[in-house]
Amino acid sequence: MLILITYDVSTVDREGRKRLAKVAKKCVDHGQRVQNSVFECILDSTQFRRLKYELEELIDKKEDSLRFYNLGDNYKKKVEHMGAKEAYDMESPLIL
Amino acid sequence: MKKILNTLFVTLPDTYLSLDGDNIVVKQEEAILARYPLHNLEAVCTFGYAGVSPGLMGACASRNIDLTFMTRTGRFLARVIGESRGNVVLRKEQYRISDDDKRSALVARNMIIGKIYNNKWILERATRDYPLRMDTDRMKKVTASLAGAMQQVREVEDLDILRGLEGAAAVQYNSVFDELILQQKKDFYFHGRNKRPPLDNVNALLSFAYTLLSNDMKSALEAVGLDAYVGFLHRDRPGRASLALDVMEELRGVYADRFVLTLINKKLIHGKGFYRKENGAVIMDDDTRKIVLKAWQERKQEKIIHPYLNEKMSWGLVPYSQALLLARHIRGDLDEYPPFLWK
Repeated sequence: MLILITYDVSTVDREGRKRLAKVAKKCVDHGQRVQNSVFECILDSTQFRRLKYELEELIDKKEDSLRFYNLGDNYKKKVEHMGAKEAYDMESPLIL
Repeated sequence: MKKILNTLFVTLPDTYLSLDGDNIVVKQEEAILARYPLHNLEAVCTFGYAGVSPGLMGACASRNIDLTFMTRTGRFLARVIGESRGNVVLRKEQYRISDDDKRSALVARNMIIGKIYNNKWILERATRDYPLRMDTDRMKKVTASLAGAMQQVREVEDLDILRGLEGAAAVQYNSVFDELILQQKKDFYFHGRNKRPPLDNVNALLSFAYTLLSNDMKSALEAVGLDAYVGFLHRDRPGRASLALDVMEELRGVYADRFVLTLINKKLIHGKGFYRKENGAVIMDDDTRKIVLKAWQERKQEKIIHPYLNEKMSWGLVPYSQALLLARHIRGDLDEYPPFLWK
């Protein structure tokens, strides 16, 4: 299924900037960066639960927020792109 | 049944693949071309001399991602294999069967029955669908003789006789294979199988499709814990994945040959996409290879119902499911190995 992850991590202090880097790294490991703090990840339900748990450990709940949108297996109809930085489709043939 | 994940094909020769976190990063002269999370991949296949970092090799091995290196023309060079999976008991039993000619013959003959059955069905289906475009009498004769061959194979308990019958059936099938090519006859014709190097367009395509299929077969066998290099029908030879070639026999026709026919008959590829080297070898150009790889990946996503397991799955999982059934037979859970009989 496709999970859309967005986050807001407070960067007013050094700790916050550290958290931001960690959250971003974790998301890069699991999916595609489609916009600055927006990631699209193709995950199964186990991978999704683990990722959610790991991200929850990283943030400071008083300052930061995370949002997960579950777009399911038939996500292709639900996503439309406009403008620059066209994303790749992880489930179509990958030929470079 | 497990999910089929994507395969990354790298056809650009001057690239370098490395690991960053859990991502595979494809670089071309320090510029990052692409970045994919490893958990979405089950195989990486490179053509040409793409370099790979040891870190990525390790990550692929530990996650059971198949990493294969091929020449630009699609000839197999090497693959990275991690620790053997599955259990020793299964593999030792596999070696015992392989050392015993009679037991090998009993497994191998089912694979050959599968092969002949599927090839016969391909011809029958074509004759039924295009009765006016082919020599139906000739086709009927061949399918009748294949049916006879199948009867004989059923009784065989000797490997050499089995190889002989298999060869004879292949000659029969090959003799009418050209009839199945319905379009672009000027550029695509089949006057017999030749390889290393392939000497015409159709043989170049067949060789390439067999290489892709054997890669899938090898990784499927390793995934269920079998040793892809110890076979029953094919004799042991260093570097030859004999067991993969054994199990492939039943899939060559339905999986690879039909794939090649589709490419030609649906005009997805053209004669212009091939060129001939000085030694007569026919090679496809980069664009054609990309079209073939793309079609191969799409084919793998198509759904079928597995005739034995009676389960809906994608074509791409057929090698895996056959490997699984073979492991079950070797383990003793199934009395016989059930070949893939296409419906």
